[in-house]
Amino acid sequence: MSNTETGTHVSYLQHKGKYKGILSWLLTTDHKKIGLLYLYCIIVFFFVAAILGVLMRIELIAPGETIMGPQTYNGMFTIHGIIMIFIIVIPALPAVFGNFFLPILIGAKDVAFPKLNLFSFYLFLIGAIFGVLSQFIGGGAPDTGWTFYVPYSAESSTNVIYALIAAFILGFSSILTGLNFIVTIHRMRAPGMGWFRMPLFPWSLYATAWIQVLATPIIGITLLMVIAERVLKIGFFDPALGGDPVLFQHLFWIYSHPAVYIMILPGMGIVTEIFPTFSQKPVFGYTAILLSSLAIAFVGYFVWGHHMFTAGISYGSRWFFSFLTFIVAVPSAIKVFNWVSTMYGGSIDLKPPLLYAISFIFLFMIGGFTGLTLGALAANVQVHDTAFVVAHFHYIIFGGMGFAFFAGMHYWYPKMFGRMYSNKLANIAWGILFTGFNVLYFPLFIIGLQGMPRRYFDYLPQFQTGHVISTVGAFILFTGLILMVYNFVYHIKRGAIAPANPWKGVTLEWQIPSPPSHENFDEIPVITTDPYIFGTSTENKQK
Amino acid sequence: MKKEETHISSYTSHAIVLIVLLFLTAISVLVTGWHFGPFSVAVALIIASIKVRTVITHFMHMKFESLFMKLMVTGVFVLFALVIIITFIDYYLR
Amino acid sequence: MNMSIQENHNDHIDSETGKLGMWIFLFTELFLFGGLFLVYAVFRAKYSEDFHSAARELNAFIGTMNTVFLLVSSMTVAMAITAIQKNQKKLAMFLVSVTLLLAALFMMNKFFEWSHKFEFKLYPGSEVLKNLPRGELLFFGLYFMMTGLHALHVLIGMILLSINFIKIKAGKVNQAHYLLLENSGLYWHLVDLIWIFLFPLLYLIT
Repeated sequence: MSNTETGTHVSYLQHKGKYKGILSWLLTTDHKKIGLLYLYCIIVFFFVAAILGVLMRIELIAPGETIMGPQTYNGMFTIHGIIMIFIIVIPALPAVFGNFFLPILIGAKDVAFPKLNLFSFYLFLIGAIFGVLSQFIGGGAPDTGWTFYVPYSAESSTNVIYALIAAFILGFSSILTGLNFIVTIHRMRAPGMGWFRMPLFPWSLYATAWIQVLATPIIGITLLMVIAERVLKIGFFDPALGGDPVLFQHLFWIYSHPAVYIMILPGMGIVTEIFPTFSQKPVFGYTAILLSSLAIAFVGYFVWGHHMFTAGISYGSRWFFSFLTFIVAVPSAIKVFNWVSTMYGGSIDLKPPLLYAISFIFLFMIGGFTGLTLGALAANVQVHDTAFVVAHFHYIIFGGMGFAFFAGMHYWYPKMFGRMYSNKLANIAWGILFTGFNVLYFPLFIIGLQGMPRRYFDYLPQFQTGHVISTVGAFILFTGLILMVYNFVYHIKRGAIAPANPWKGVTLEWQIPSPPSHENFDEIPVITTDPYIFGTSTENKQK
Repeated sequence: MKKEETHISSYTSHAIVLIVLLFLTAISVLVTGWHFGPFSVAVALIIASIKVRTVITHFMHMKFESLFMKLMVTGVFVLFALVIIITFIDYYLR
Repeated sequence: MNMSIQENHNDHIDSETGKLGMWIFLFTELFLFGGLFLVYAVFRAKYSEDFHSAARELNAFIGTMNTVFLLVSSMTVAMAITAIQKNQKKLAMFLVSVTLLLAALFMMNKFFEWSHKFEFKLYPGSEVLKNLPRGELLFFGLYFMMTGLHALHVLIGMILLSINFIKIKAGKVNQAHYLLLENSGLYWHLVDLIWIFLFPLLYLIT
């Protein structure tokens, strides 16, 4: 830490570039500012989609029509899904934390292609705008669900085309981000940082980036085929014209299943950074974590069929996909063991980031185990397309990726903005969030097992207790969210000045001032040891 | 990063590669006249693969790239083949 | 140590980095077409008879001619890189323009081929097409989608090559910095690669 004297240090937020004012943000090629641009957009969209979620919960508080009709409800769950999946969950971790911290963690001044990085942000923005447009113009909000299953998506008179274009453009943005990261990791690591000295968050981004690059084009072409189907009546997926609707499901899930790993892998990477720091202990099983990331990425590419067990695919392939699904559980479990072992015997400091990271493990495990229920052929038939599935993927996506995102926010907030948030408020917000989350989603497992179908705006009276509890949970969760965001927003200007290394971390981002300077490092560090070595000589190790 | 040695391919080598490619094209057009039945797709695809491999190695200079690049390109084609095979586990066994 | 900073962060993207990025982009292009090839494979397996009879409608001679155009253009663009490496500016410009010419011929052929189909009302959504056997209908759907997407790529490649031509002329692409030409070359080869698969699958299965 050679340059903590604040007199000479100019943070990236005050850096005078080529442009002034708002343009210094809109035309920036600084990976940190681009990361923040993504962050602000994602927060806005997150609240839009979350409010839609709450409205759906209110509708479901009693059987029959409560506050909206079936068509509105269909539009709501579709837009909720499209925004959450394509605009928030898939880009959030790579585009926000990946952009901000990947170059810093590997000791580089920027990503490999800074202009391309800005370009992918604008693609993201255009895609997001199309997504929102699909809500308001012409034939009404799309009502196909975010999965766009044919034949309905080829027939629905709503704005399906806008939503398809939105997803296509957002996919392109995701591809370019992934491409940028792969090249950055290959070419820009600091001298001395061999592949096996790279911290684990960049490793998880590397695995993620490959999936982004190799799976996203398939959804791109699939969405184009659906557009062709609607506009030109080509009939790839229309049985009346000889096509095959199940083929659409194959193509769709060839991307969308790996997309689940695009969501969760960087989340796993973030908590892998958090556990060693707050246990003051090297991460347990560095190689195992790294290899399990790659294994998840690889095997995860071949399990798409487990979304189609009841769609009439052959018995042989059901067997195959179910088997591989169980295999993916192995590397995920390896990671959980490693995180827990990292904490074992460490000097644990239960700060908000660690709270979120631990709840990540807890929620991810519930999501993971129920995933095995769904992956088993016999059990799947019982719970397919029920609220059980809804609960399962919210536990994985929100409880997993979402909580990892919150963990990352609490972990890196001081570095990003140079201020500390209130720990007390953060702990309270966590308590409310965690309670609200479980109250909201756990009842869905139970009513799902009892037979409550997903995507229904109405239900039989026997499911009402579960729905009421769930709706109450939604309000608790939303309160927690608002409190958490308030904590961040309030302290962005008023918080205590953050030291360079508030959590006594040892990875490279903690060796530079908070917030970092425009070029991150005054002098590119030379790496001489493995990451995550804690001890008395933290100061002179990385330099 | 050191400046890597750049290999300059000669004009003649490019011309030879083109002749090979044209020759392979001629073969693949000619063999459609003979009827291999179900194997005709296989034959056409094998010839196409040889052509693609030639283009990648010579015109796209893969011959002079690092081992990592070679593995990466091979890996991508293998991955795609696996996707097709796995999809066909469904279609052939239905 | 300071040296490495300088080399890492100059304004020009160094050629290895640029090429790696381009290759990864090409992979995404391959998978974009890959989705269509997968659809082709599935329907081909299901309706092989219909595919055979539908393919007879296509003119294998035009297809072969287009293959030759693209193969030769692939060579000329590869040679253009050799020329720029050897600092033969005039020759490089000549070779790039030959490539452009061949690409234009390809597009012209494609145009006539498509308009011929349109004359016979063989376009997506037409009544004639709807009355064909299901496999033939799908074959034509795939034919238009695949060659259409490919033609779009040819057009993008032509734009890239034209930019290269201007930049070589202005001396901005030169012996020391020719990453743009190299990457456009890679892109052009990809266009060729896709066609190498499309050609036998669409034209030669009679």
